Amino acid sequence: MSREGVQVAKPYQRMTREQIELVHRTSLELLEKPGVLVYSQEAVALLSDAGAKVTQTREGEYDAWWVSIPPSLVQKALESAPSKVVLGARNPENQIVMDAKGYHVYFGSGSETNFWLDVKPEIFVSQENPENQRVFPTITRRRGTVADLCKSAHLSDNLENLDFFIRNVNIQDPDINEGNKDVNKFFASLNNITKHVMGGLTDFGQMDHVVRMAEIIAGGREELLKNPVISFITSVIKSPLQVVDETAEKLIKIARLGLPVVISSSPQGGSTAPIDEAGMVAQVNAEVLTGIIINQLAQPGAPVIYGAVPVRARMDDLHDMYGVPEFCYYNTSCAQMARFYEVPCYSTAGVGDAKVPGIQAAAEKMFTHAVVPRSAPDIVHYAFGLLEKTNTFCPEQAVLDNHHIGMVKFLYREPRMDESEMERVKEIIEEVMQTPHRLYSRYTRRLLRSGGIFPAYPFEGEGDDQDETLLKTHEKVQEIMGRPRQHLSEAICREIYEQIPGLLPRLNPYEA
Amino acid sequence: MSEKIIEQIVANVLQGRRDKNDEGIDEGYDGTPGVTELVEEALEQGVPVEKVLGEGLSHGMTLVGEKYESGEYFIPDMLAAAEAVGAAMEIMEPYLVKDGGQGSKGKIVMATVEKDQHDIGKNLVTIMLKGAGYAVVDLGVNVPAARIVEVVEQENAGLLGLSALLDTTMPFMKETIEELKNKNLKDNVRVMIGGAPTNEDFAREIGADAHGKDAFAAVKIADQLL
Repeated sequence: MSREGVQVAKPYQRMTREQIELVHRTSLELLEKPGVLVYSQEAVALLSDAGAKVTQTREGEYDAWWVSIPPSLVQKALESAPSKVVLGARNPENQIVMDAKGYHVYFGSGSETNFWLDVKPEIFVSQENPENQRVFPTITRRRGTVADLCKSAHLSDNLENLDFFIRNVNIQDPDINEGNKDVNKFFASLNNITKHVMGGLTDFGQMDHVVRMAEIIAGGREELLKNPVISFITSVIKSPLQVVDETAEKLIKIARLGLPVVISSSPQGGSTAPIDEAGMVAQVNAEVLTGIIINQLAQPGAPVIYGAVPVRARMDDLHDMYGVPEFCYYNTSCAQMARFYEVPCYSTAGVGDAKVPGIQAAAEKMFTHAVVPRSAPDIVHYAFGLLEKTNTFCPEQAVLDNHHIGMVKFLYREPRMDESEMERVKEIIEEVMQTPHRLYSRYTRRLLRSGGIFPAYPFEGEGDDQDETLLKTHEKVQEIMGRPRQHLSEAICREIYEQIPGLLPRLNPYEA
Repeated sequence: MSEKIIEQIVANVLQGRRDKNDEGIDEGYDGTPGVTELVEEALEQGVPVEKVLGEGLSHGMTLVGEKYESGEYFIPDMLAAAEAVGAAMEIMEPYLVKDGGQGSKGKIVMATVEKDQHDIGKNLVTIMLKGAGYAVVDLGVNVPAARIVEVVEQENAGLLGLSALLDTTMPFMKETIEELKNKNLKDNVRVMIGGAPTNEDFAREIGADAHGKDAFAAVKIADQLL
């Protein structure tokens, strides 16, 4: 058993086959000339040994190498990269099977926002008419903590449309530092959710501890490979076309460990990539291919995920923009490239550029939620609770997004339009026409109970003159927070605390 | 024996099954007798009419109402149950009269007013009223005031329900009430109105006795006014 996700049987094809091949050829040309600028000696050695042309240079204070990658290297990497990647989970029923040849889409959270929004209902009294008292939600923005991360993991465990977890808050407690951040963020996540946990590493030195933690949870090294309860995201590319030193080393090590890894590249159209779709897609595709090549050279056949995260620059401040049509162009085209290569795809949807939940956030989020997954990438991240680009997380927004994703999943259902269905409805029409009121209501009842009819918006208020959506969502968050948390067992927690240094004692649920 | 058939009536009201051909909510009922067949059978067996009505149909509808209140049931479930009970009430009517009772809980005339073709709301109200045990004469849509008043008089109805969906047809509600007054019938019949553009203020303004915001409100109003 694994998670179901949603099937998109007829993916949206933005580009024609000729256009896909044109992007592919252009990316190959870019990889040869200008090539990529690599800051990692280990990555350069792998590429050079495999036949890439390497020219040493100096970039500021650092050694760097211009690497011209021949098309044969791309081909070889794509041949060895698997088309199926399993993302494991504490509860094996929550496993995700990513299949680049299939059509299932899974939704997840992400990623490391700096701020957390607290929603609190407060009573307001009208200055004009003190009799008029209303409850409105107030919003407080503050820096995220490890306790918030535990809460958001628990919340995510309870959102039925959330298939995998990427931590959605950056832990900024005073006792968190570079040396203990990774172990605490992975533990806070894994100890509060039974779904797959995916994440980046802050400190290369923490990787062994994080992997050991995952082994303890999975039941050993071999079990972890069969049921990888964690996977990694590496931002190995700095756009345009540069390979980052330490991240390349992480990528190589993860490949050799045999754990799934996302090659994430997030160029910004208009600053670190051309704003034009053709240029953006060709460049980000070349960048992701570079990561896949390094990964496959380090360990042929290692589980790897195509992670293009192209965004557009906002023209008045050059910040990222997610809720715009160009974002949909870029991302649907990239999903097509991943499918062309038969490498599982990590895509993006549902980010609000808006700072708070509300009309702008809903419009931006629904726009990309409805469009991008239609191109059938395997997984869609950033899909829950993100606001202010990716700088803020709001649990109430995550609950709203969960429902909106449910709407989108329903939208992707295939039409039920066959002979037997037509016969059935024809009989109903004939029957109804013989009744006095000619109402079809009674024939909805079985469908209603089998999930065949989408429910009414669950956060609608009772009032006629006030939007109560956020208040209603807040009630839902409170209800979920009151549910019991699905912690790791006491024995596993004890083993983890005995073996993994740097864990905060307050995260141990069994500590008196 | 009578307990078993009463139990079956309640179960089938909950399933909203008018007769054996109806699909219910749950599996396992296909082809089995529905509410009308079961009521006929009960009466043939000599189960007292009050028992069929009180412990069977009314109790079933109370349970349906509770399920609706708790969110388990939806409008289609209420309607299906009310339709089944309404159909059974027609079978019960002669027995109720024979037993010296008044028959139904009271007589109600329903109509969508002149120049208005909309009848979903009016139909829902009609079905629910029948399910609640009222005898309802439904005149349909686009009914002129004079015809409505004529039927109210003929049927000696205690309550008249008027429906309109358009702001342009709302004035015909007032016209109908004026017509009742002209015929000196207004003291004999209470009037309730409903429909999207109407509200309580409008009801007061035109001299109606009540405004029902939905089909449930309409049943409550009928219970109060009759």
